[in-house]
Amino acid sequence: MSHMIEVRDLVKKFGEFCAVDHISFGVPKGSIFGFLGPNGAGKTTTIKILTTILKPDGGVIHVNGHDPVREEREVRRSFGIVFQDPSLDGDLTALENLELHAVLYGVPSKERAPRIEEVIKLVELWDRRQEFTKNYSGGMKRRLEIARALLHVPPVLFLDEPTLGLDPQTRNHIWNYIRALRDERKITVFFTTHYMEEAERVADEIAVIDRGKIVTQGTPAELKLKTQTQSLEDAFIALTGHAIRDEEASSIDQIRAFGKMWGRR
Amino acid sequence: MSVIYILCLRQCKRYIRARARIIGSLGQPILFLVAMGFGFGRTYEKAGGGNYIQFLAPGIIAMGILFTAVFSGIEIIWDRQFGFLKETLVAPVSRLQIVLGRALGGALVALIQGVIVFGVCVVAGFRVEHLAYLPVALVFMSLISLLFTALGTAIGSVLEDMQAFPLIMNFLVMPLFFFSGAIFPVQGLPKALAIAIHLNPLSYGVDGLRGALGHGFIFGLGVDLVVLGTMTAILLGIGSYLFSRIQL
Repeated sequence: MSHMIEVRDLVKKFGEFCAVDHISFGVPKGSIFGFLGPNGAGKTTTIKILTTILKPDGGVIHVNGHDPVREEREVRRSFGIVFQDPSLDGDLTALENLELHAVLYGVPSKERAPRIEEVIKLVELWDRRQEFTKNYSGGMKRRLEIARALLHVPPVLFLDEPTLGLDPQTRNHIWNYIRALRDERKITVFFTTHYMEEAERVADEIAVIDRGKIVTQGTPAELKLKTQTQSLEDAFIALTGHAIRDEEASSIDQIRAFGKMWGRR
Repeated sequence: MSVIYILCLRQCKRYIRARARIIGSLGQPILFLVAMGFGFGRTYEKAGGGNYIQFLAPGIIAMGILFTAVFSGIEIIWDRQFGFLKETLVAPVSRLQIVLGRALGGALVALIQGVIVFGVCVVAGFRVEHLAYLPVALVFMSLISLLFTALGTAIGSVLEDMQAFPLIMNFLVMPLFFFSGAIFPVQGLPKALAIAIHLNPLSYGVDGLRGALGHGFIFGLGVDLVVLGTMTAILLGIGSYLFSRIQL
């Protein structure tokens, strides 16, 4: 089977700290691939490298056949991304957010309107398209971000904890869209999550990363078999241990707290 | 091209929608215009300076533009905080296009703010002496807008949070305003002050604006244009460079 994402010996260091330590994995075309790991394991760093936001310190990467370092533009055209934190402009309407994205990604002007209509209907926000996104609920924002990520018809979709902080109904809803997308459009989905039951249900294949290294890779059934456990959650704990990981609050979190203090949005 | 246009349009939409911000940023210029214009008016006149509002208004217009422009540039920090910056930075377009779109949009917003302050000055009794020179005044207003949006962009690209904002207001923006000849004539000043004014690019903007609006140039139209144009180009270059180095 051919791979949509191919990673060999990827290394990323922050000073002395090795965030990603010689990892290798492949994501089969058209699969839903779960990238799991405790806090600070290197998940987001890996996504950032795959999506050209961070430069790696070593290794070979291919996303849709392109190298994120040397063929930045081609790689960026190949993926849609839903970030861990919201990234909509709250002072624009849903429609305007999508229009801006369409222009940024060079969607031809004739195709913009029909494509926007298609994706916004897909996430069932057509009726609310004229509203400012700052008035959207968390779930609606996420759905709009997924719609936006699909607007330029990318072969790969990156989802960094797409269902974080959402209620079970919304989570269910979002995963149903994503599975339908994969089935209908043969899109490859690369996601991270902390909800193990979610990963168990939707992922075709899973890689577990811990302390910057890939601990194991396989189908959810294979992982359970390997660890002799009943659920993926137990398998995950068997693979990564019981210790609680601390992550330092990022500077972005600090700004956000400051912003709240000053009552913006 | 369309990328620059859509980012520019975004800034304008955000500005028009934030009515509180428009009114809020009018407060300071109006306060200065009324308090100083009417407060010092008599003294200025008695000293033989002529009508103070006629002298002060171009300075107040420049002030309105300065504040809005720097703030428009610094808005990058908010976009970083609320995540929108990421959306633009992973798009398959060059950072230069993004930064130009932002800078032009911010400058346009500052220019609109300047026109509004202009209107307020006219209400307060300011009269344009040569209407034919109005386009020249607009050129100067545009240059001031772009120059200080570029400065704000450079600052916003380096800062990670708003903690330093009061610092920028008090140690950069306010001195730029006070030491620009916006509120007092630049002739016959103590040496140190005169040097500060000559080093401040806003001084040339105020002089150009004042000259074009009928009060006569001190540095000269040519000097004003060359200094402002050069400084704008330099700051746009620095702003673009710093923006291109933003790490998420």
